[in-house]
Amino acid sequence: MSIFFDLYAYWVSILLMLAGLYIVIDHTNLFKKLIGVNIFQTSVFIFFISMGKVDGGTAPILEEGYRVFSNPLPHVLILTAIVVSIATTAVGLALVVNINQRFKSIDEQEIEKLELEEE
Amino acid sequence: MRKNPILRETSHLLIPAILLFALYVQFHGDYGPGGGFQAGVIFASGVILYALLHGIKKAEKVISLTLAKTLAAIGLLLYAGIGVLGIFLGGNFLDYNVLAHDPTHGQHWGIFFIELGVGITVATVMISIFYAFAKFKK
Amino acid sequence: MLAITAIAIIVMRNILSVIMLGGIYSLVSATLFVALDAVDVAFTEAAVGAGISTVLFLSAFAVTGQHYALERKNHNVAIIAVLTTGAALVYSISDMPVFGDPAAPIHNHVAPRYIEQSAEEIGIPNIVTSVLASYRGFDTLGEVTVVFTALVAVLLLLGVNRGSRKDKP
Repeated sequence: MSIFFDLYAYWVSILLMLAGLYIVIDHTNLFKKLIGVNIFQTSVFIFFISMGKVDGGTAPILEEGYRVFSNPLPHVLILTAIVVSIATTAVGLALVVNINQRFKSIDEQEIEKLELEEE
Repeated sequence: MRKNPILRETSHLLIPAILLFALYVQFHGDYGPGGGFQAGVIFASGVILYALLHGIKKAEKVISLTLAKTLAAIGLLLYAGIGVLGIFLGGNFLDYNVLAHDPTHGQHWGIFFIELGVGITVATVMISIFYAFAKFKK
Repeated sequence: MLAITAIAIIVMRNILSVIMLGGIYSLVSATLFVALDAVDVAFTEAAVGAGISTVLFLSAFAVTGQHYALERKNHNVAIIAVLTTGAALVYSISDMPVFGDPAAPIHNHVAPRYIEQSAEEIGIPNIVTSVLASYRGFDTLGEVTVVFTALVAVLLLLGVNRGSRKDKP
């Protein structure tokens, strides 16, 4: 059982990653796909942050009386990744809006049908 | 949403606090949690809240799309400019040690302006993306 | 909590409730980041994920209108892909260091230098800020450029400056 409890945070991030992957592959609605991509990203964030955690450590802000800090490097990487993720999500949403403009639909299956009809 | 008096009055109380908090996060980022990225997003959410409750037209009187786009470019240029300034003062690109007489002071100044550039860019990018979606007509 | 929200997102059909659950999901993950001592990250996730991203999804949703997610008839492809990936990940997880172990390789590379030297070299208490803006200034410059490029892409795609959207491709 120790492999389960020792690596608990990693299990959580794997579960979330698989949930995000399932949404991206299986759902045809483009909005839902974007939410799935977001869940996938968050699982990676959780994975990085949980690697940076140190037992008995505190937040990496220097203060008298604290000696053990969690690793600041993953925090920095993920901090910027979150802001980049919202920017890329915005680009994705803009694409979805344009697709809706063109096909009057945001569902993958319907769009495929419409494309076949046009040909 | 624009007709709802409770939301409007609450927003009058909240929006100044949100903007002030954003500035606090921006300039206190060296000492506590916070920094340019967070401050930019919080500032943008204050402006977006105003735009949601009072309409895009009124919000554009405060920060127009053109101004937001210009400021986004200026923020990025401020960041890169600090880096280039380091070269002119005899250091490497983004080397803050040469910005002041004392290396630690130089680092302080460098980080201050870098975070300011990040904050300006992130805030105005978020605001203008929101405007772009809100102004989009079918 | 996170897993429950994620599964609810899988099951839900109404797009509006999926968007709202996405906001809740971000807020819950922000609390998780606080628990893992990453206060800066939690701050950003709460402001970005629960605030801005939900608003952006809603405003894009307002343009496209109410849509219910349709069901794909055949789930097999997705299930096979997910199970294969899951098996690979579970196989690799046994190589990971124990959660919270101070002797893990990640804590012995550049991190000790950041923690020990940044007080003298940079002189500000928040290590995350000093790594972000000084040690990894190039990185952050790249990230800000990506954010700016995303703005350019969104403005191009939505064609805000052209006024009417009659001349679309």
